Amino acid sequence: MDKVMRLASEKDVVVFSKSSCCLCYAITILFQELGVTSTVHEIDQDPEGREMEKTLVRLGCNAPVPAIFVGGRLVGSTNEVMSLHLSGGLIPMLKPYQTWC
Amino acid sequence: MDFPSTQFVPSRMMGTYEPIHQIGMWGENFKSIGNPSISASVIVEVDNKLENESETASHEMPVPSCKHDQEASKPFDKIQRRLAQNREAARKSRLRKKAYVQQLESSRLKLIQLEKELEQAREQQGLYIGGGLEAGHLGFSGVVNPGIAAFEMEYKHWMQVQNRQLGELRTALNAQISDIELRIVVENGMSHYFELFRMKSTVAKADVFYVMSGTWKTSAERFFSWIGGFRPSELLKVLVAQLDPLTDQQIFEVCNLKQSCQQAEDALSQGMEKLQETVSATLAAGQLGQGTYFPQVAMAMEKLEALVCFVNQADHLRQETLQQMSHILTTRQAARGLLALGEYIQRLQDLSTLWATHPREPA
Repeated sequence: MDKVMRLASEKDVVVFSKSSCCLCYAITILFQELGVTSTVHEIDQDPEGREMEKTLVRLGCNAPVPAIFVGGRLVGSTNEVMSLHLSGGLIPMLKPYQTWC
Repeated sequence: MDFPSTQFVPSRMMGTYEPIHQIGMWGENFKSIGNPSISASVIVEVDNKLENESETASHEMPVPSCKHDQEASKPFDKIQRRLAQNREAARKSRLRKKAYVQQLESSRLKLIQLEKELEQAREQQGLYIGGGLEAGHLGFSGVVNPGIAAFEMEYKHWMQVQNRQLGELRTALNAQISDIELRIVVENGMSHYFELFRMKSTVAKADVFYVMSGTWKTSAERFFSWIGGFRPSELLKVLVAQLDPLTDQQIFEVCNLKQSCQQAEDALSQGMEKLQETVSATLAAGQLGQGTYFPQVAMAMEKLEALVCFVNQADHLRQETLQQMSHILTTRQAARGLLALGEYIQRLQDLSTLWATHPREPA
């Protein structure tokens, strides 16, 4: 539980992923499109990966990746992010963290 | 002699029947010689000899070599006998021809029956034989995937309900019913689409390639296919043109929705490209040409599982787009939108039929 929450609060937009996960990649592309640089943690490359996976599932991410945290708070998985975006709620949420180069 | 009506009696077999007639005569001939005790064994020998002879001379009646009866008779009898034999030969020939024709006709009937059964099986179980891409879901053992069979039956029913609902929408819009009643019709229409997405999710688990190829849809619909269905942003373009007049607020919200759709679609498309690269790289790992490659194929299988997620995400996007539109639009606009969408798809389906049946210039 700790490592996940610690990592999630370290950076603005955190995506927990796995190295082969293409859906996770799609989410990072979307964030890029919206002017946000997301920090990606590949839990299959992490020694504590299994614990982290259990934590994410416990928090409600069925997949368990991608798991997206914005401002330290869990937004959800791909479904939640997409729904939020289409309803117009994602951009306001990301606004403080947008970095347009 | 009685030929079974649907049996083709080959001339060789014919030979075995003829001797019965012959043996009768022969038996009498031998009896007249006065040696009944050896007649049985001779008859057997004669039988075999006749069988061999009939192979080479199928149309001719084997003329009994024992001619002393005929030599003893008048030439008139000889001619009569020969004429009788000719008549017999002709009769047998006609019977053989009749049997052959009957056999041909029954084969033709059987062929028509088989074709009909095949057509019915196609309708019921969704066998698409012959199409290069589609032949795949017959599976290794030639058994149709039950998930696909179930889906195709459900989809047929889904289309029927869809057409009925479109009729209801048309009637409701013309009848000036209350907003509350119209809302119910709209909600039914929306739920019906959500039902389709549920069905697709189920069959995607059974065979994701089936969903990706859009096999259950018409060819023109497939032309527009993006990850197993329509691009939400494309549908929005079609719809918005039909929904005039929209308020400024609505135009603003629809524009945002269209942009969000496009961004989400781009993200998923790029994810799909990454998936293709990953599968390709996994499959091509190691030396190509060695002949042993099961590990690569097994690993690629694992990677390919992600395709189900993408298909589900694409349908989720379609569902969310519909939901958002129903929030932005008034009930009446939503009803017109559903009707427009439904008819647009019908036009695509008609286009497919027309295209398939219109005459083309020979190559």
